Amino acid sequence: MMEQAILTDVDLAEKFPQKVKRDERKGYEGYLVDADAFLQVAQFVRDEMGYDYLSSVTGVDYFPENYLESVYHFYRTTGGPALVLKVQTPRDNAVVPSLVPLYPGAEFQEREAWDLLGIRYEGHPDLRRILMWEGFAGHPLRKDWREPYYEEDGKPFKSRWPDGHVYRIEDKNPFHKNVDYPADFDPDQWAPDNDASLYASLKKIQSSLSDSGLKTDTVIVNMGPQHPSTHGVFRMVVLLEGETIRALKPVMGYLHRNHEKIGERNTFLMNMPFTDRLDYLSSMSNNFGYALAVEKLMGIQPPERAEYLRVIMAEFTRISNHLFAIGSLLNDLGAYFTPMLYAIEERELILDIFEAVAGSRMMCNYFRFGGVARDLPEGVYEKMRDLAYERLPRRIDELDLYLTNNEIIRARCEGVGVLTAEDAIAFSASGPLLRASGVPYDIRRADPYSIYDRFEFDVAVRYHGDVYDRYLIRMDEIRQSIRILQQAIRDLPEGPIQSGKPQYQVRVPAGEAYGRVEAPKGELGYYVVSNGKPNPWRYHVRAPSFVNITALETMAKGNKVADSVAILGSIDIVLGELDR
Amino acid sequence: MTNDELNQPGYEIPPEIKNQVAITTIDRIYNWSRRSSIWPMMFGLACCAIEMICTAASRFDFARFGMEVMRPSPRQADLLLVSGTVTKKMVPQIVRLYNQMPEPKYVVAMGACASGGGPFKEGYNVVSGIDNYIPVDVYIPGCPPTPQALLHGLITLQKKIDNQTLREARWYKKDVSEVIPVPVLGPDIMDPREYELIRQYSQQKSATTVSEALEGESNPV
Repeated sequence: MMEQAILTDVDLAEKFPQKVKRDERKGYEGYLVDADAFLQVAQFVRDEMGYDYLSSVTGVDYFPENYLESVYHFYRTTGGPALVLKVQTPRDNAVVPSLVPLYPGAEFQEREAWDLLGIRYEGHPDLRRILMWEGFAGHPLRKDWREPYYEEDGKPFKSRWPDGHVYRIEDKNPFHKNVDYPADFDPDQWAPDNDASLYASLKKIQSSLSDSGLKTDTVIVNMGPQHPSTHGVFRMVVLLEGETIRALKPVMGYLHRNHEKIGERNTFLMNMPFTDRLDYLSSMSNNFGYALAVEKLMGIQPPERAEYLRVIMAEFTRISNHLFAIGSLLNDLGAYFTPMLYAIEERELILDIFEAVAGSRMMCNYFRFGGVARDLPEGVYEKMRDLAYERLPRRIDELDLYLTNNEIIRARCEGVGVLTAEDAIAFSASGPLLRASGVPYDIRRADPYSIYDRFEFDVAVRYHGDVYDRYLIRMDEIRQSIRILQQAIRDLPEGPIQSGKPQYQVRVPAGEAYGRVEAPKGELGYYVVSNGKPNPWRYHVRAPSFVNITALETMAKGNKVADSVAILGSIDIVLGELDR
Repeated sequence: MTNDELNQPGYEIPPEIKNQVAITTIDRIYNWSRRSSIWPMMFGLACCAIEMICTAASRFDFARFGMEVMRPSPRQADLLLVSGTVTKKMVPQIVRLYNQMPEPKYVVAMGACASGGGPFKEGYNVVSGIDNYIPVDVYIPGCPPTPQALLHGLITLQKKIDNQTLREARWYKKDVSEVIPVPVLGPDIMDPREYELIRQYSQQKSATTVSEALEGESNPV
């Protein structure tokens, strides 16, 4: 692939006349592709144009117009802006060719679009529901699908504002809780799926295992959703031959809190505190991505001081997240809670800063469109300076000294759970997972946002792609974040922190935007579609944990079952973001 | 607990053995030992679980209240800390875990989500409060509650334990703890105790849709 000269600036509409046309709706970008030519175009885009990285796959329901749209964002791992392709399909028979044969990273994202929007991806190897359970009635993100507590399409609800006659929605529901059932339904006749389809898809793999001549038995083992090493309510089902993993299926949705449906009812600003709860270990980074996406739509820029504050908070978040990730990885390896206590000690100091500036330890809700919510209170600047210049560098060296050359850690981590660079790109892995496999792709450098182009830092990269390198790269990234912090704190200018007047209701022009940041866990993208109304028409989160987990099976296959815990720990997932 | 709190008032202890002997009631000594060694289940759901870990860590350290032994198995735990949003997909597992815990058992709903749905209350996959399915002893407000708030909630639970008596405790009654039926994942979450209600509701619903269609008033959105 790399030997060929990469074509730049090809007009796909000229290359594939009749099949591809430019998306000329106001505020939209990219190309509209015919469903029957889509695979051909995608192959061309990947092989000839060098867009080897499929970042996001999602769908949009254009309801009164009566079609669904599948939206793809492609990037080059050498850097640069996105190529956006869209496929439209009728609502009552939504079928789009699956991209999994070309980009395996689309697997879970397509399953999600099937689950929530009901777009059937033809050629998908395992198209089952992913966040909801098999048997759930309807596809909830369709615009005409209503949740049991439905009140109105958009907030603020007339019952609450401006008059404020508040009532309890439970009182209007016959069950007094959050449930609804279809007409003519008899619960006694109901046969629950009980994961039958999940086990069926594992059985399919079982029958395809190569026959070595020896008679062996396979076992299916469930881990989670209640397991201390799954970092929450994640579940994996492994197919074992002896102790060796032959196949692995992640099961998720146990923390699916309907972020996107609620986000489409909310006004734009109301979504900001909800983004905190996506990756609850790094709320500032989540705010950052969402603010960028909406600012792109609104066409505004935050003032200088706000940009610096944003970068400072995002980098502190990265450090605290990586500390937690390292601590819990070591927990999973059996170093029970001692390294974690060291990590949490430093994290608490960072949380103190967040509490001082934002008012809350974890759910900061600090960013606003065009700035940040508050300026630094007295004394916080000095605290940040001491932390970035004195304490953190020293404590990171200390952790490094204790852990990095530890015999047991090396024995458990080296050569385990290898992900090659080709696989990492194909599976759309991002963040530390991608860079530990030898791909120096960091959005802060590859497609710079905010003011990251002003700082001097190195993109950390490691080349073995095993659990040990994923541990090391987090150490490297903490050090680079400290470098950025030192520069940002040194140069922090005086000035306003908000462009224009702060307002509750922002006016967002119609159009679409994809804002992405290098969150601690990888590429965090927000795809926002506005139709000029107070509520977003579509609000999609491309969560790094969710996409990174696609590569889990490849990493775990052939390893021992005991290592699956370490491999999962090294990806560093957070369930709030994985399930949304 | 100091000797004064443990001693039952009304019994005179000679001053020379005051620090070696305590005269107390079964209730008091029993509750005292139970409340001083609550074993929470190591079970995190969402954001609140992170604050729970912070509370367990060195800065806040709930080992000071005898709660540092977190058990991953429900069979060894006294306290189910429901720390986060309860979803419909997860609630069968939580009920099962609760059923597996031996008596006496306590449930703390930590945070807004576990208490009543929180910011995600209107979500189609969110259970608006774990108390729809299992009994809750203490509710802790906050999103997420700070470690201080969690500690306060746990101290409240200790006070509750202090006031229990063996005579009335449900786990010493003859017909001991009834098992909570595990909810079933149907078209929506179904509580087996409500099947009759569900059937009625759904028949009524089909009747109204038919009559609406006859009157030509059905209004597809």
